[in-house]
Amino acid sequence: MLRNSLIAFGLAYLFAAAAWVVSSGVVRDDHELLNVACDPTRELWAEMNAAFVEDFARASGQRWAVRQSHGGSGSQARGVIDGMPADVVTLALWSDTDAIRKAGLMAEGWQDRLPNRSLPFTSTIVFVVRRGNPKGVRDWPDLVKDGVTVIAPSPKTSGNGKWAFLAAWGAVLQTGGTEDDAFAFMKALYQRVPVLDTSARNATMTFAAKKLGDVHLTWENEAFLEVKESAGALEIVYPPRSVLAEPHVAWVDRVVQRKGTEAVAKAYLDFLYTDAGQEIIARHRYRPTNPAVLAAAKFEPMDLFPATVAGPTWDAIQHRYFREGGVFDRILTR
Amino acid sequence: MADPSQRGARTRTDPAYIRLPLIAVTVGTLGLLIVVPLASVFVQAFSAGIPAYFRALFGNAETRHSIFLTLAVAPVAVALNTVFGMVAAYVIARFRFAGRTLLMTLIDLPFSVSPIVAGLVFVLIFGQQAALGGWLQAHGYQVIFAPPALVLATAFVTFPFVARELIPVLEANGPEEELAARSLGASGWQMFTHITLPNVKWGLLYGVILCNARAMGEFGAIYVVSGRIAGKTDTMPLRVEKLFQEYDNPAAMAVASLLTMVALVTLFLKVLVERQMRAQKARSAEVPAAE
Repeated sequence: MLRNSLIAFGLAYLFAAAAWVVSSGVVRDDHELLNVACDPTRELWAEMNAAFVEDFARASGQRWAVRQSHGGSGSQARGVIDGMPADVVTLALWSDTDAIRKAGLMAEGWQDRLPNRSLPFTSTIVFVVRRGNPKGVRDWPDLVKDGVTVIAPSPKTSGNGKWAFLAAWGAVLQTGGTEDDAFAFMKALYQRVPVLDTSARNATMTFAAKKLGDVHLTWENEAFLEVKESAGALEIVYPPRSVLAEPHVAWVDRVVQRKGTEAVAKAYLDFLYTDAGQEIIARHRYRPTNPAVLAAAKFEPMDLFPATVAGPTWDAIQHRYFREGGVFDRILTR
Repeated sequence: MADPSQRGARTRTDPAYIRLPLIAVTVGTLGLLIVVPLASVFVQAFSAGIPAYFRALFGNAETRHSIFLTLAVAPVAVALNTVFGMVAAYVIARFRFAGRTLLMTLIDLPFSVSPIVAGLVFVLIFGQQAALGGWLQAHGYQVIFAPPALVLATAFVTFPFVARELIPVLEANGPEEELAARSLGASGWQMFTHITLPNVKWGLLYGVILCNARAMGEFGAIYVVSGRIAGKTDTMPLRVEKLFQEYDNPAAMAVASLLTMVALVTLFLKVLVERQMRAQKARSAEVPAAE
């Protein structure tokens, strides 16, 4: 008796589970947006999504949800190309977003569809060091001093990794160095990186939780959060100059057309440019593009150079530095 | 094989300077590598108090969904593997045919293949850029980055457990009883449910238990095929990683403690089933002697 009812219950459970799994693959309109984002923006989007959902419900009377997926910027782009149903992508690099356009999922000229070249905020790469800055790291050349180890994610998969690379490379050029100097500096620098993590947050965990390394090269916002969470064990060092990091935002035409979410996806991205959106951005220490909000948020003055110091276009930069056998690979081989 | 009681006797004659350090090393390693980390999971999970523990598990919609998802995905994958594992084991144990050895090797393949490869093969089949994946997507069905892919990837990774467990049991039992049943007029199905299944039931259960433990804990392949969409495709192991990376240690450890409990229950069931298997073996060994 008991045995039979147990078996019956088990079978019913199994069929229910199987039916749910199979039906879960059916694409339907459940009033949901998916924001496929780069790794360090988790906390930003969590707060932004909640604010947008409320704002949109007030304006339209419809209650939507915004889902998040995070990972290394390059891997996330790859995921969208492979069919992740991203209504919106907020990746770390222009070239990652453009890879989605190249795959035919996004319209030409996507960059000009939103204000300020589709940049609701910018950021930069700063240093995080242990309490009291025991290795005395103040500027880029200090990274290759004796006995300093550096934590940075891999430029192959991570936006943070690429920006840190370009910041270090550009810092040499900006202080009068030649390309050969830059190459030698990068070789010395990446010899000091004991582990190349796949994404920004993984590198943060390596530095903050596993306590590996003396300096962590990371996004300004990630550094802010990392230091805040460390309760005094870590501090930020702002190098005198660094790269102007531009994480573009865009909606994915193919997905929003298929799901019928185009209007809401656009409303979501427009919300980022509103005062409310810009203030959330500033609170998470991304540099908002609204000048008034930026000024009020009091960011450390730094000399920020554009990525173009390393090459004329993103395609050229990607090809020269990060392709198989490119500059980065040559730096790693001894 | 040597008589176990004899082997034990031999060890006891080893001098103390060999015995004691070896025992110390074993116990020490076990303690350091297994007991301490496991205990620390529970210590950390409850570090903020018992109410906070339950709030972490059931107060957060995304964590709740990850528990639900694991409880839905793992059983389906295990059920698939139970059916396929039975068929494969029966075919291998009972039939002789060309390619039999190759089939046995193929069954073991998921054990040796890297989880990232296991995930990527499904991306390559069901991804938007692939013919099948593109076609399905065009017809409004999403496999990859949705629960169906989680089931497929989990089933792939855990495929060997049931088949591997059953093949030796089936081979040890031999086809004699089944042949007798058939010669007395039993249908194939009757033979299967009255002879084959009862003979292997403990071995089958053993495989299912191990398979389920692995299925619930699967991380690597799922990491690739899920897209890690919070509240949609995050299973419990993925949720643990995410919570940890979002500086929510107690919540991460609370979910981890659930997974650890699955492991402990598995261990407990495993011991019970092993005992039954030994008893069954002893019984079947007695039968010819009694006749």
